[in-house]
Amino acid sequence: MIEVLFFARLREQLGTAKERLQAGSEATDVGAVIKLLQRRGGVWEEAFGDGQTVIMAVNQEVASASTPVKDGDEVAFFPPVTGG
Amino acid sequence: MNTIEIQTEPFDIAAIMAELRADNPAIGAVVTFVGLMRDMNEGDRVSTMTLEHYPGMTEKALQAIVEEADRRWDLMGIRVVHRVGELLPLDPIVMVAVASTHRGAAFQACEFVIDYLKTRAPFWKKERTPEGERWVDARHGDSAAEQRWNKGQ
Repeated sequence: MIEVLFFARLREQLGTAKERLQAGSEATDVGAVIKLLQRRGGVWEEAFGDGQTVIMAVNQEVASASTPVKDGDEVAFFPPVTGG
Repeated sequence: MNTIEIQTEPFDIAAIMAELRADNPAIGAVVTFVGLMRDMNEGDRVSTMTLEHYPGMTEKALQAIVEEADRRWDLMGIRVVHRVGELLPLDPIVMVAVASTHRGAAFQACEFVIDYLKTRAPFWKKERTPEGERWVDARHGDSAAEQRWNKGQ
């Protein structure tokens, strides 16, 4: 399983902060995880659609769509940061 | 030695400065930046602000930033304190303090740390205005401020 986390505006839009996904033949990298989520349609398709800036992280390091994902990984999606 | 704190409670600027200096007579300069909560943003009055973060990644990201500052300048200690949770206008949000032998390195490293924190540390601000709650958008100026540190690297 991989743990998928959502933060801030994205967490509110999707109505969830955390879920577990089966890592397997489909979810091999971050881009594939995004495709799985988009396939749910509705707010998921919208949140990960064209023109949306979503930052990705794997195991708490900033990642890209091509970053590999394996069983036990923590994958996070969030909007551009606004601290400080 | 550097420290990073993420906390809901207010912080004591004088106490952090004193602890950073810790009777070290080799320190000749301490530069401090304190970010404060304003009561206006984008032309609207802001009554409260809530800061969310990504526990774990926040600490890692800040650690990487202070380590990079240590690589670039000759420093004698960095303190980063960032608050999360609900804040009110006038409240301090973040403090960066940098100690060095001379002011040049301390000034530059302090600005570097806050510029990088703004674009790389996973914090998000949500503010309450008379029209309701809204997430604060990232500013273009913040990425420009970060990018100028890459010139000539």
